[in-house]
Amino acid sequence: MADVTMRIWRGDANGGDFQEYTIAQNEGEVVLDVIHRIQATEAPDLACRWNCKAGKCGSCSAEINGKPRLMCMTRMDDLPEGTVTVAPMRTFPIIRDLVTDVSFNFAMAERIPAVLPPPMPEGGYRMFQEDVERGQEFRKCIECFLCQDVCHVIRDHEDNKEHYAGPRFFIRYAELEMHPLDTNDRRDYVRQEMGLGYCNITKCCTEVCPEHIHITDNAIIPLKERAVDAHYDPIAWLGRKIRRQTKRTAAEAGVQPAP
Amino acid sequence: MTEYEHHDYDVLIIGAGGAGLRAAIEAKQRGLRVGIVTKSLLGKAHTVMAEGGMAAAMGNVYPEDNWQVHFRDTMRGGKMLNNYRMAELHAKEAPDRVYELEQWGALFDRTKDGKILQRDFGGHRYARLAHVGDRTGLELIRTLQQKVVSMGTDVFMECKVLRLVHDSAGRIAGAVAYWRPTGEFVTFRAKAVILATGGVGKSWKFTSNSWESTGDGHAMALWAGAELIDMECIQFHPTGMVWPLSVRGLLVTEGVRGDGGVLKNSNGERFMFNYVADMFRAETAESEEEADKWYADHSAGRRPPDLLPRDEVARAINNEVKSGRGTPHGGVYLDIGSRRSAEYIRRRLPSMYHQFMELAGVDITREMMEIGPTCHYIMGGVKVDADTAATRVEGLYAAGEVAGGMHGANRLGGNSLSDLVVFGRRAGTAAADYIEGGGGPVDFATGEVDAAIAEALAPFTREGGESPYDIQRDLQEMMQANVGIIRNGAELEDALVQLDGTFTERVANVTVTGGRAYNPGWNLATDLPSMITVSKTVTRGAIGREESRGGHTREDFPKASAEFGTFNLAHRVSGGTYEGEFSVARSPLLTMPDELKALLEEAK
Amino acid sequence: MVAVLESRTTVQLGGRRGGPDLATLRGDRWWVQPIVTMSILTAFVVYSTWAAFQNRNYYVGSTVHRDLISPFYSPCLSNNCVPGSSIGFGIHGWAWSPALIILLFPLGFRLTCYYYRRSYYRAFWWSPPACAVADAHTSYSGESRFPLLMHNAHRYFFYFGLILNAILTYDAFRAFYQPGIGWGVTVGTLVLSVNAVLLWSYSLSCHACRHLCGGQSRSFSKHPTRYRIWKFLTPLNAKHMNFAWASLIFVALTDVYVRLVASGALTDYRLF
Repeated sequence: MADVTMRIWRGDANGGDFQEYTIAQNEGEVVLDVIHRIQATEAPDLACRWNCKAGKCGSCSAEINGKPRLMCMTRMDDLPEGTVTVAPMRTFPIIRDLVTDVSFNFAMAERIPAVLPPPMPEGGYRMFQEDVERGQEFRKCIECFLCQDVCHVIRDHEDNKEHYAGPRFFIRYAELEMHPLDTNDRRDYVRQEMGLGYCNITKCCTEVCPEHIHITDNAIIPLKERAVDAHYDPIAWLGRKIRRQTKRTAAEAGVQPAP
Repeated sequence: MTEYEHHDYDVLIIGAGGAGLRAAIEAKQRGLRVGIVTKSLLGKAHTVMAEGGMAAAMGNVYPEDNWQVHFRDTMRGGKMLNNYRMAELHAKEAPDRVYELEQWGALFDRTKDGKILQRDFGGHRYARLAHVGDRTGLELIRTLQQKVVSMGTDVFMECKVLRLVHDSAGRIAGAVAYWRPTGEFVTFRAKAVILATGGVGKSWKFTSNSWESTGDGHAMALWAGAELIDMECIQFHPTGMVWPLSVRGLLVTEGVRGDGGVLKNSNGERFMFNYVADMFRAETAESEEEADKWYADHSAGRRPPDLLPRDEVARAINNEVKSGRGTPHGGVYLDIGSRRSAEYIRRRLPSMYHQFMELAGVDITREMMEIGPTCHYIMGGVKVDADTAATRVEGLYAAGEVAGGMHGANRLGGNSLSDLVVFGRRAGTAAADYIEGGGGPVDFATGEVDAAIAEALAPFTREGGESPYDIQRDLQEMMQANVGIIRNGAELEDALVQLDGTFTERVANVTVTGGRAYNPGWNLATDLPSMITVSKTVTRGAIGREESRGGHTREDFPKASAEFGTFNLAHRVSGGTYEGEFSVARSPLLTMPDELKALLEEAK
Repeated sequence: MVAVLESRTTVQLGGRRGGPDLATLRGDRWWVQPIVTMSILTAFVVYSTWAAFQNRNYYVGSTVHRDLISPFYSPCLSNNCVPGSSIGFGIHGWAWSPALIILLFPLGFRLTCYYYRRSYYRAFWWSPPACAVADAHTSYSGESRFPLLMHNAHRYFFYFGLILNAILTYDAFRAFYQPGIGWGVTVGTLVLSVNAVLLWSYSLSCHACRHLCGGQSRSFSKHPTRYRIWKFLTPLNAKHMNFAWASLIFVALTDVYVRLVASGALTDYRLF
C-alpha cells in the first residue's frame, strides 16, 4: 500500500510542535500500528501510552484529526485521504508527546462514596437481570477518559477541574444510584460537590465513547432527575413528608464513607 | 549510594492486576501499610482482557456441581502436573471469592431466580463460569480497583520495578524501580513483597498478551533466588484472530464456543470430532446431532468436542492448517452466525461482535470468523507453597499468573480469574501473618540498588549497540518459530544456542536514544532482560521435558510419558542476572492424599 | 451538611497542555450542524412570534369546514377569542393575542427539554459549538446557577404539556366529530391528528417522563409495572431528538395550514 504521512505532536511541558513522518502502511492497520512502526524505525523515543491494542484497556486515547479516539480502534483506511494528525488529549497536562497526565481522573475516583450493601445473606445476594442491566452498561467503561477529554466543562475551563467529576464519574455515580444493593444516597453530594449542574448535556461524551455507552441519556440525565427529586421538586418533597419516608438523604445524614 | 525517592511499606505489591489488587485488599484489611506498584495505569492490567468468566463451583445452574468436580476437572485439564493442593484450595475457595466481589459492587449476569449465572467452558463438566457478558475480566479489575481506592491504598502508577532487593541475610527487603513519566528512580523498602506481575506472552510474535506481559516477575523472582517450574507449559489459546495481520493473535473468547459456536475447516467439516483423545472419549459427543442437543440440555447429549480443553483444540487446529484445510490466512473458521440469532450473539458476545466489526470488517452474526492459536498464558511460574503463596526466598510471595503449579500442564478457561482472587487473597494473608509474626528484613542492600540502576542506565551511554525494537522483534520471531505450539528437539537446541549466545550479547549491548522521561525505547530496553530470562527457562524446560503434555507438545515425543508425569522441571539461575548460569532440576510432584486420589479415580 | 470525601490525589490546576493552542484540530465540516440547528430554530422562533401576535386567522368555524384551531391558540383562554374557539371561560379584559397566554407552557417545555438544551447550547451559545471545538466563553458555570437552574423545573412543564396534549387531542377529535353535525374527514382533521400524535410522542419520549414513570426506581424487580413502562419508554426516549424536530416543525405547519384555511386562501379539502 501507499505510504502515509503522519503529523504527530511531539513535545513536553516546555512546549512542542507537530513533526511529520512518512511511513509505509499495510492493509487493515490501525493508527497505533503506524505509531509503533514509527517508534521501531524513525523515532524510538516517541512516547505513546498503550496496553492491549484491542480496545479493552482504554490506554491509547489521543486526538486523531482533532477528534478524541482510541488509536487502536481507528482504522487507517477509515480516515480521509491525506495527512493524519495525531495530538495528545487536550484536557490533561502533557507528560510527553502523546502521553498526558490523567491523575485528575484518579483524584475524582477517590472521592466517590463506595458501594454500601447490606450484610450478605447465606448463599449470596439475590438480584435479577433487570436490576443489574442498567449498571452493567456503565460498567462497560474502559476508562479511556475520552469523555473527560472532550467535555468542554474542563477542556475549556481549567478552574472547573476542582469541583467537577466529569462524565466518566457521572456514570459511576449513576451506576451506584441504580445499584440494587447500595444503601448510600449520593444525590446531594454529586449535585453540590461533584458539579452535576455544570454539565449542559451537549452530549459530546456520548459521541466519543468507544464502548457506545449512552452516557448522557442513561446516566447524566437520570442523575439530574434524581437531583431534582432530592432537592428541587416541591411535590416530591411534600410526598416524602406526607408518607414520612425515612430514607436517609445525603443532605440529612452526609454521605457514608466506605466501610 | 546516591539518594533516591524512597518509600517504606509493610507489604509491597508488584502488579495491579486481579491478584495484586486482591492481595492488597487483604493486607490492607489487616491494618498494614500497603503499596502497589504497576507499570501501567491502575485498571489497565491484562486482567481486563479475560473475557469468558471466572470458574467457581457455586452450583447455581447445575446443583450437582461442587468443589470435588471442579478439582477433578482442573487436575485432568492440567494433565496431573498440577500442585494438587493449589487445585484443591482453588476449587474450595473460588465460590466465596466470587460472592465477596458482589459485596464490593460487581454486577454479574443473573439466573432467572436471581443468583449468579454460570456459563459453559472448555474442560468444565458443568456450566461453572460466573460472568458478565464477555467482559468478565474488566468487571473483576474494576471491582477490585474501586475497593482498593475506597480503602485509600497507595498506588504507584507507571512505575516499573527493575529488581528485588535483599537484606544482608538473604531475605527480601524491597525493590528498586523507576517512574516511567520522569525516568527518575525510586526505592521501596518493605517487610514482604508480593509478586503479581502476570505473564510472559510478549516474547512470542502472535500473542493475545499486551506489552506488559514481559515476565518481569518471573525473571525478578528467579534472579532473587526463587525457583520457576513448568516453564515449558505455555497455553496457546485455540481462538485468536488471524486477519488482518495487525490484530493477529487478538483473543476470541472461548465463550463463542460455550454459547454454540463451532469450528470448521475450509471443507466446511466440523473437524473436532476427529480429534477426541481417549481420555475424553467417554464424555464427548460422537455426532453433530448429539453435540447440538447438549447446548440446550446437558443431560440430553455429551459435550461437543469443540469444548475440549484448550491444548487439545489448539493442536487440532494446527493440524488442520498443516494438512491444507485451513483458511486463506492460515486459520480455521469459527461459526456462530449460522447457529444462533443475531440478537442472541450481540447480547451474549457484545465485545466480540464489535471487535470483528471494527477491526476486521466481519459481521459475526452473518459471517464466519477466521481464527488460529495464539500465545495466551503461561502455566509455569514461581514455585510457591500452596497455602501461603510463599516462595523459597523469605518475605517473597507470588500469586496469579506469575505463580506456577496451580494449572499443571494446561489451564482450563475460567480458572485464571478465580486463581487470581483465591491466591491473591492467600498471599495477602500470608504476608500479613509473616509481618505480624515479626518477619522482615534487617537492612537494605544498597549495592543491589546501585547495580540495578547502573544496568538500567547503561543503554544510554553505550555506543554502537542495537535498537531494543530490533532485538525484541527478532526474539519474538525466533521464539514463535522454534518454541511455538509444536516443538522438536533440534529447533529447541537451536533456540537455546541463540538465546545463550547472540541474544544474550545483543541484550547486553542494547542502545537507546533520547531522554529518560517516558521513553518507550528505554522502557523496552529495561524489559528485555526479563524477556530473555523467561525465554531461556521456557526453552530449557521444553528441552528437558521429553514428552507431550498439555501446553507442551513435542513432535519427537508425541505421547505423554508416565515417568515425566511425576515431576516438574525447576529452574534456578546463579549470579542473579539473565547472563548467569541457568540450571534445571527435576522436582517431584507432591503426593496426593488418598481421599483426593479417590475423587480422581471415581471419575474414570 | 454534605460530607466531602478527601481525595488523596490532589488536582493540580494549570498544568501545561499538549497539542497546539488552537480552538480545534478538526478539519471536517463541524460547523454545518450548529448552523443548520440555528437556522431552523431561528426560523421557528420568528414564525411563531409572528403567528402568536397575529391574533386572527387561528380558528376555522364548523359552518364552512370542519372545526379547526391552531395549536398556538388552543386552548383559547381569553374573552377576546374569536367566537367558537373559546373553551367557555377566559380572562376578562385581555387585550392582546390569546396565544400569549398559553404559549408560555410549550415554550417552557421545549426550552427546558434535555434535547433542545443540547441543541441551543451548541448552536446559539457555542458552548461548545461542536465536540472538541473550543467553547466561545471564557468562564462557565453550566446549569448550576440561576437562571439556568430553572431547567430543573422541566418535569412541571412536562405535566402541563400533558394537559395541552389532551386538549389538542380533543381539538383533533372535535375536527372529526361535532355534536349536531356529525363525522367528517378533511385534510385539516388529519393535520390536527398528526400534530397531536407527534406532540404525544415528543412528551412521552421525554427524559423526565422516563425517569418519573420508572427510571427513578433502584430495583426494577421490586416494581414490575414501572419496569414494563420504563422498557416501553426507553426506545421512544432514544428517538426523542427525532420527535422533538418532527413535532416542532409540524406544529408550525399546522398553524400555517389553519391560518391559510381561516384566511380563505385555501379550502380544507374534504376527503369523506
